[in-house]
Amino acid sequence: MPPVKGAANTPGEAVKPDPFVSTTNACKMCKPLGAALAFMGIEGCVPFLHGSQGCATYMRRYVISHFREPVDIASSALGEKQAIHGGGPNLKLGLLNVMKKYGATAIGVATTCLTETIGDDVSMLVKEFKKEFGDLPLPEIVHVSTPSYGGTQAEGFQAALRAVVDQLATDEAKSTQVNVLSNFVSCEDIRHLKDLFEDFGLNAAILPDYSERLDGPALEDYVKIAPGGTPVARIRAMGGARATIEFGRVLDPEKSAGGLLAERFSVPLHSLGLPVGLRECDAFFGVLEEISGRPLPRRHELARGRLVDAYVDGHKYLSGKTAVVYGEEDLVVAMCAFLSEIGVKPVLAASGGQSGRLAGAVSAVTADILREPPEVREGVDFYEIAARARELSPDLVIGNSKGYRVLGRELDIPLIRVGFPIHDRFGAQRVLHLGYAGTQRLFDQIVNAVIEKKQADSDVGYGYI
Amino acid sequence: MKPVIFEQRKDQIKRKREGDEFTIACNRDSLAGAVSQRACVFCGSRVVLYPIADAVHLVHGPIGCAAYTWDIRGALSSGPELHRLSFSTDLREKDVIFGGEKKLEAALNELIDRHRPNAAFVYSTCIVGIIGDDVQAVCKRVAAAKGIPVIPVQSEGFKGNKRAGYEAACKAMMQLVGSGDTSGIPPLSINILGDFNLAGEIWIIKEYYERMGVNVVATITGDGRVADLARCHGAALNVVQCSGATMDLAKMMKDKYGIPFIRASYFGIEDMSKALYDVARFFKDKDPVAPGVPGIMERTGALVREELAELLPKLAAMKKDLAGKKAAVYVGGAFKAFSLVKCFRHLGMSVAVVGSQTGTEEDYKELAAITDEGTIIVDDANPLELSQFIKEMDVDIFVGGVKERPIAYKLGVGFCDHNHERKEALEGFKGMYNFALEVHRTVMSPVWRFTPRRRGSIAAGSGATANAAEEAAS
Repeated sequence: MPPVKGAANTPGEAVKPDPFVSTTNACKMCKPLGAALAFMGIEGCVPFLHGSQGCATYMRRYVISHFREPVDIASSALGEKQAIHGGGPNLKLGLLNVMKKYGATAIGVATTCLTETIGDDVSMLVKEFKKEFGDLPLPEIVHVSTPSYGGTQAEGFQAALRAVVDQLATDEAKSTQVNVLSNFVSCEDIRHLKDLFEDFGLNAAILPDYSERLDGPALEDYVKIAPGGTPVARIRAMGGARATIEFGRVLDPEKSAGGLLAERFSVPLHSLGLPVGLRECDAFFGVLEEISGRPLPRRHELARGRLVDAYVDGHKYLSGKTAVVYGEEDLVVAMCAFLSEIGVKPVLAASGGQSGRLAGAVSAVTADILREPPEVREGVDFYEIAARARELSPDLVIGNSKGYRVLGRELDIPLIRVGFPIHDRFGAQRVLHLGYAGTQRLFDQIVNAVIEKKQADSDVGYGYI
Repeated sequence: MKPVIFEQRKDQIKRKREGDEFTIACNRDSLAGAVSQRACVFCGSRVVLYPIADAVHLVHGPIGCAAYTWDIRGALSSGPELHRLSFSTDLREKDVIFGGEKKLEAALNELIDRHRPNAAFVYSTCIVGIIGDDVQAVCKRVAAAKGIPVIPVQSEGFKGNKRAGYEAACKAMMQLVGSGDTSGIPPLSINILGDFNLAGEIWIIKEYYERMGVNVVATITGDGRVADLARCHGAALNVVQCSGATMDLAKMMKDKYGIPFIRASYFGIEDMSKALYDVARFFKDKDPVAPGVPGIMERTGALVREELAELLPKLAAMKKDLAGKKAAVYVGGAFKAFSLVKCFRHLGMSVAVVGSQTGTEEDYKELAAITDEGTIIVDDANPLELSQFIKEMDVDIFVGGVKERPIAYKLGVGFCDHNHERKEALEGFKGMYNFALEVHRTVMSPVWRFTPRRRGSIAAGSGATANAAEEAAS
């Protein structure tokens, strides 16, 4: 049975169709946005949206507000004429312009609802383009189908990665490279992952890597394409890599980049949850030990030890607390895994995504600790999340900043900001979620939010708590 | 280094030369691949209608268009806040295949029952134009069933640029105008058009008009209400701000109801004063004269004097630091740019680069007339051009919106947000002070001493800090 909007798996309750038709305050964005961000993580790559001008501009402004960095997304800027006669000429002109003015060495073309529906064959158009302008030094051009009615930004992100791998990877040469498909995480997460792999002596190719491009230093000039990003050569080498690590428990290997590498080139795939919380991190570090043949380096052993120590120190503040978690499905799963470990019961796990795999994944990561899995709702908006949250009256809310007004402010409970987008705080790109270190930061943030709330609500005003 | 100007855009960029006749190309489709700062038709419509706070604004399309426009603006309401919610039909693949009309109708019924709005606007997005949903028919049916106006807004993204969206929004509003009772509207009455009540700005302006004895019938669209729109044809005058956003509505109202309109801007000292005096002059002969009671011209003069007496000394203190500094301005509508050029003059500064997303030839000619020799004037720019102009003219501040901010910051240049998202009131005499304060804070910040591009030139600066002059000003 296909997933139904608002499907719930409340214990003892059957899956029921949602009563609402319209969406109010969506808990998701659209597919091309995720694709554009994935393309930002490739070296020398300019994302290109094939559609009307508005899509690129809206997404740029949305992404800029999160990262506070220049985000140049090109558009084929289709008008009425092109919508009727096809967007081919504009796509080609646009590619040419991006090539010439930006000096892009790669261009990632993502379709929009407009070009998907008028039926532009981007694959063919790109082939034609390469033929027509074969005398010029052409950039790598990858393309992905991302109609915005076809899913969320998370799905667009993953679709783009699969398309990139599909169109670029080969197994011509074997290498020691370990492919890391790190999911839609923060710049700080990517930097942390790089360090981790280095500590294990592993040669990691992280895709995508927008850690520098979307969190760059102050420079002498406005650079057209910021340095950083996964080099195309490393993407090519992915087919001959020794292993792939792919984060995301709702990812379907049949549709993921890691799955494609396994199927086409027999690259062993380690499909893991996002490493947040002890158990998910242990699983990840276990894989690192296995691939590298090295034991857990002492600094990580210590980080793990400190984390357990902190769990103990903070447990009485957190024990019995409840939380509502929302956002991208994979991040929701990771947060549920973590929260259940520290004694905070996730009472609602919600997402605008609708993979049909969220409930199963949440159950799986909480099963050995929670007596019953949290209520899971897929394909919901903030209107529905808020309505349910009012009934559940949780102690904490965990998710992106879009939930602030209806969840944090209205319910007067702390909102722990994770994921994307974070539009009302600084440092979104520097939030560390992953690894023992990321878990440690989240833990401190959560326990401090609980203490702060307790302090603020107290009549006495204790300065020692 | 490769030149950054696209061959196809050369005639959209001009330098002001004294004595030359100024011409510039504009109002074209954006160039593919140029990373235009512009949005689309939908954006234009959404911008204009957004602040009408007691209407449901339903975006008919896939989720993106609604998600990216959800509560990002600073438009305030004194009552209902339906405009801050983001409604969408959230079309899926099967809706695209089988058509979205049924879903639209059900969504409208659901939202109208839930929120009891006074009207509903339905925005068509790209996809609706392609799959050919009969939005008009659905709106008509729902309006009849629910007894409120349900108005289609033909804002398919690809059917032109932002200006086309303005027109679609005005056409939509015109369906409400004329449907309400106009009794009780006094002869000295206006509608305020083209102001979106960002950070409560319209309340500042409204207070000025009320102090002059002028009644405001409708504010369109800031702090907007459906009932006010319905009766706004009873006002004696339309006062239109902004380059193009509501000009079409003013023209339609003139044609249909004979209501004259004047243009206004509430930014800066001259333009704010001019707006008030223009309205006063319009009503001079209608103002009932009573012995011993000052007439509308006198009342207005007194108001302006009173406000300036408070404002000017505060500005003078900041001007000491800012004199001689240079600005770049890139905004949505060109009309705002006129005011900004004058605002900067009051701070002793000059504008070296000025441009807009949607200016007309007439707008740019006007800009050329009021700017200094050598000023770069640009239509529909992009990050490459803007960064080039900022460097070339060596400006100290850039005025723009969210998309322009990182360009300024990366180049080590101050920035002032002057778009729909701002949360600071910049209109009126009070707003001029806020503007000066913001300019001073950013231009005089010590952080530029540390940015790679400008550390040399700034470190040798005057040493004044933002705080020192603000203290002097307050």
